Amino acid sequence: MEHLKELEYRSVYILREAFANFKNLGMLWSMGKDSTVLLWLARKAFFGHVPFPLIHIDTHYKIPEMIDYRDRLVREMKLTMVIGENREALQDKHTFPDGAVDRLTCCKLLKTDALRQTLNGEGPRRIFNHDTDRYEEEKNPEPFTGVIVGARADEEGSRSKERYFSPRDKQNEWDIAEQPPEFWNQYKTDFAPGTNVRIHPLLDWTELNIWEYILAENIPTVSLYYNQGDGKRYRSLGCYPCTFPVESNARTVQEIIDELSVGKFANIAERSGRAQDKDDGGGLETLRREGYM
Amino acid sequence: MAQNGMDLSKEQMHVVVVGHVDHGKSTIIGRLLADTNSLPKGKLEAIKEKALKSGKPFELAYLIDALKDEQAQSITIDSARVFFQSSKRNYIIIDAPGHIEFIKNMVTGASHAEAAILVIDAEEGVQENSRRHGYLLGMLGIKKIVVVVNKMDLVDYNEEIFNAIVTEYSQYLAGLGIQPMYYIPVSGREGDGVVNPTSNLAWYSGPTVLNALDLFNKEKPLVDLPLRIPVQDVYKFNSYGDNRRIIAGSIASGQVKVGDEIVFYPSGKRTKVKTIETFNAPKVTNSLTGQSIGFTMVEQIYVNRGQIATRVGDTPPFVSSRLRVSLFWLGKQPLIMGKDYIFKLGTSHEKVRVDAIHKVIDASDYKNQNDRTEIGHHDVAEVTFKLAHPIAFDTSEVFPETSRFVLVDDYEIRGGGIVLEAVTDEDAQIREDVYTRNLKWIPTDVTMAHRAEMYNQRASIVVITGTRHAGRKTLARKLEKQMFNDGKLVYYLGIGSLLYGVNADLKRHDAPGGWREHIRRFAEVAHLFLDAGLILIVTAIELTQEDLDILKTVIEKDMVHVIWVGGKVTTNIEYDIHLKNRESLDEGVVMVKHLLQQRGVVFKP
Repeated sequence: MEHLKELEYRSVYILREAFANFKNLGMLWSMGKDSTVLLWLARKAFFGHVPFPLIHIDTHYKIPEMIDYRDRLVREMKLTMVIGENREALQDKHTFPDGAVDRLTCCKLLKTDALRQTLNGEGPRRIFNHDTDRYEEEKNPEPFTGVIVGARADEEGSRSKERYFSPRDKQNEWDIAEQPPEFWNQYKTDFAPGTNVRIHPLLDWTELNIWEYILAENIPTVSLYYNQGDGKRYRSLGCYPCTFPVESNARTVQEIIDELSVGKFANIAERSGRAQDKDDGGGLETLRREGYM
Repeated sequence: MAQNGMDLSKEQMHVVVVGHVDHGKSTIIGRLLADTNSLPKGKLEAIKEKALKSGKPFELAYLIDALKDEQAQSITIDSARVFFQSSKRNYIIIDAPGHIEFIKNMVTGASHAEAAILVIDAEEGVQENSRRHGYLLGMLGIKKIVVVVNKMDLVDYNEEIFNAIVTEYSQYLAGLGIQPMYYIPVSGREGDGVVNPTSNLAWYSGPTVLNALDLFNKEKPLVDLPLRIPVQDVYKFNSYGDNRRIIAGSIASGQVKVGDEIVFYPSGKRTKVKTIETFNAPKVTNSLTGQSIGFTMVEQIYVNRGQIATRVGDTPPFVSSRLRVSLFWLGKQPLIMGKDYIFKLGTSHEKVRVDAIHKVIDASDYKNQNDRTEIGHHDVAEVTFKLAHPIAFDTSEVFPETSRFVLVDDYEIRGGGIVLEAVTDEDAQIREDVYTRNLKWIPTDVTMAHRAEMYNQRASIVVITGTRHAGRKTLARKLEKQMFNDGKLVYYLGIGSLLYGVNADLKRHDAPGGWREHIRRFAEVAHLFLDAGLILIVTAIELTQEDLDILKTVIEKDMVHVIWVGGKVTTNIEYDIHLKNRESLDEGVVMVKHLLQQRGVVFKP
């Protein structure tokens, strides 16, 4: 537990540094376990509040339970929720499930491109209006200068090289060879106009830490992570055409922790159910250089 | 990678692996992972297969050199993190690049580490980056160092070669005041001496690399030291229906509990801790080093980001705008005198210039040079800095967190270092007087916050300065009248009104030092008006930035708003508004009122 508190304190520190230094700050929330822990940590950092918008890039291929869960929490926690999407690609049916492009191109269009347009304010954005209880088109969306993301170093190779505060250029691209230094707890909080900074408070967390923290804090998570009686559960959530459940009997958070620490998944990588990783030569590096989360 | 199966109840230690390029850092890490069975199932096989396909011989280093770029160039570009465990604890290993171009990545990796493995190639011996990394580990404050002499297989496990390297390197480090805890001969490739002892090195009786790591003890938290909380932010989430005013920060050292009397620096303002706030956690009354906390105060004194909170009675931090530091510079452009950089220490953020260069240690041979006027790429130096405004800080021996700084140039962190000593600056005596005044101040039950609420205004001072006959006093009178008519508590005080009364004993205020004392008294008088909750308008001819610095030392700097009146700005003062000619005075009144509205001093009528 001591170890979880240490991780929490560091993440809270990073979130507060982000809030103090970036005027247009947002946080990506995919409704997955990692970014939901991030959402919880924000409430820790800001004493129950989330004082910046949450951003969801909607590919329209998310599993429906994820969307229901999102909107339930938005209402319960009075969250500022912003939704971005690549409307053009969706309308033109330029997607992998439509048979038009391969998996990686689909990821690039519906996630990477949609994210870039959402962050720079050029793409359409919808925002939840708590008075009318529905999503409405956001007028004059402003670019985000700081974006909080739930990436963990242990997920895959390229993520293990991230900084806590990681700059993206005007094209939203990541220059891995030319990353700024990060000394002690001093981060990159100065940035040139037109660029933005990705902030990674969960970099030091592992998959097991995430579940331990969910258990300790009793954080509400989406039901897809648990076996509902059919012997299957999702270990990692994404779009349904490319994300597959794993065989598992785990029905509770504790059972997931057992499975990860001593059980069948003790030595199997988390993203093994993600098809796009394999298509990118075993890493996500090509996607991530171009701005993928 | 192999985080799964880690026992969370075990403690954790961050270890950085450094050394010259190609001396085998990644191989050592690969060996640590493989021989402690810390690899995910299939990972080793997958990498072997990949190597086979590409026709390259398999190397353990591929495990962590996960990025495509690196495999193409066969060097580590960045600091990757991998996890493994021993029976004693969990380790997070940071593999830092050895190539000179990537020294900033090495520093990034190493600055988060508690312990270091420094790898030297037995065949090549001590190289430039062996020396540089050794120096930087010392600068970064890492004391737990294992020096690993790798590739012993290439020198037939020869004891004399090992001993020669130990002698050469320990002599070099001793000159820098650094003493590694272990020197260990190994072969990462063959697996000798990393996790398992080996008969190939029968002459060596010390620990293996893994044993040596396990022999390190975790650093004790700094909980018994004086309290230091660099203020990260002040939260008031009114728009969420929350009226708490919470001071947020991470405790760099010491501890704090509800009821403690605390003092903030540089302001020297005091209050008591009312509550320690939490979310989804039981109520707490005590917080310790390392915790990110938030607390509310009994009296709502002015606090902002960058200040350091300590307990009354604890050794206070230093406050100055001049400090002597030891630094390393990573910018491709040299660090030069006379140019503005940004200095970040704790949560403070200030403009800085190099005031004097005392010595520069050349990067390649680490020899002292005492006649340099600039600090080059990868050089280490001792300099004196002059900050635009004083900050609170500590010196390095006792408080690691509040004595470390970075330098920002052109939006990027390009250097870092540690504060060696506080150098007395011009306003040191005035600052001491202010701290004493705050200490002796007789408190009242009607606080600043009460007054602000009752008068519907925040106490502030509008400083109107400028050239002779440009209309300073006219503007002041117009502004006073306008604000008075708006219902504000406002008072106009010309500096001349003090000259012959309060300052009558300073017969020659224009004598050396006389003017500074005149300004100081002027500021103390202004402080009384501000404490009474008024908006004070003052006029004085051609004030300089040095005058303003005195004013801002005596009164809260965020209460000060500066207007320059006159066609030309004839001093170095930093102003908020510049009114160029007399005709614009009416317009000037509107502009000043607008500024005060913007800054939340008054509300729109």
